[in-house]
Amino acid sequence: MAELLVLAFGTILINNFVLARFLGICPFLGVSRQVETAVGMGVAVTFVMTMASAFTYWIQQLLVVYNIEYLQTIAFILVIAVLVQLVEMVIKKSSPVLYQALGIYLPLITTNCAVLGVALINVQEAYSFLEAVINGFSGGLSFVLAIVLFAGLRERLAYSPVPKSLQGFPIALILAGLLSMAFLGFSGFNLRALFGL
Amino acid sequence: MHKWSIFKNGILNENPTFRLVLGMCPTLAVTSAVVNGLGMGLAATVVLIGSNLMISLLRNVIPNEVRIPCYVVVIATFVTIIDKVMAAYTPGLHEVLGIFIPLIVVNCIILARAEAFASKNSIGDSIMDGLGIGLGFTLALMLVGAVREVLGTGTLFVAKDFGFSGIELFPQEKGALFMILAPGAFVTLGLLLGGINWLSRKKEAK
Repeated sequence: MAELLVLAFGTILINNFVLARFLGICPFLGVSRQVETAVGMGVAVTFVMTMASAFTYWIQQLLVVYNIEYLQTIAFILVIAVLVQLVEMVIKKSSPVLYQALGIYLPLITTNCAVLGVALINVQEAYSFLEAVINGFSGGLSFVLAIVLFAGLRERLAYSPVPKSLQGFPIALILAGLLSMAFLGFSGFNLRALFGL
Repeated sequence: MHKWSIFKNGILNENPTFRLVLGMCPTLAVTSAVVNGLGMGLAATVVLIGSNLMISLLRNVIPNEVRIPCYVVVIATFVTIIDKVMAAYTPGLHEVLGIFIPLIVVNCIILARAEAFASKNSIGDSIMDGLGIGLGFTLALMLVGAVREVLGTGTLFVAKDFGFSGIELFPQEKGALFMILAPGAFVTLGLLLGGINWLSRKKEAK
């Protein structure tokens, strides 16, 4: 149990998917003008990352059985694309309210590299099924944490006198750099000692 | 003349990093040194040329409704090829770039060129477009990499795989570790984008 907590907190704070591993930068910069939409995007990404981690674990097992690991990239991206489509259809049928909230973000998630990234990291680190799912879920939470904090900062930025040349993407990137620097502070944490391992 | 303008368009007017602001993940992640940027950029260029060529060839065969999945399969095939080639011939670089090589599949630049250019244009034009956009991307990555490598480690063009020990500009202990770490990537790219905006605004004012 403590091992899994170390993994989860490590993924959220120390190896933050956006600020330390640079995965999912496109939605991080694109959908972070308002806190509300950032939360919607974050929830959708977390959901898909958890599902993708669970599914790709079994796909990888299958690839290993048939000795065709070189098809990994193609297999994973197809599974993720199908999964996103499936999630979209299920949410549309079962919860129209949630669909209204997430709808526009769902198709964008296929090309979010955090999703394919978490699947590849799970294989690279040789995680077990449970560890892979935990890694996917906490990876999603790390995305939520980063994008919501960033959206809060950007809402404030709208009222600040930014030099003309830096308006838009440049100042957003510099701001992300400051946020990333703050998260660098977590890398000194000894999580294993914290959870008594 | 026409082909040349397509080529130049990718490097200058539609530079994927500095003009279109696409493909930010690898731009930030692998630019701690010039050679990493060069490797990543060239890998993406090969994939771009290959996928543009294939998609241009198949543009009248692929049904419109399922075009995106078809493009993704074509791109993923080329990415797998380049991944295996790099693992065999440049193992050190392959290790440094890590998961960002398979992640070329979800790089928006490549899908964007397939959708916006290769699916509508002739084979020759599509290859030139892939080459131009790819080199534009490579040059942008090398520029970001150069700034970070010099300020972070004091050396330039360190490339162990190719037997270069680099040019030492100042001793390593004087380098700012910050530039090599994650925050340095964000800040460098932000300031470079700001600088390019400033330059183009100055040019317009003239």
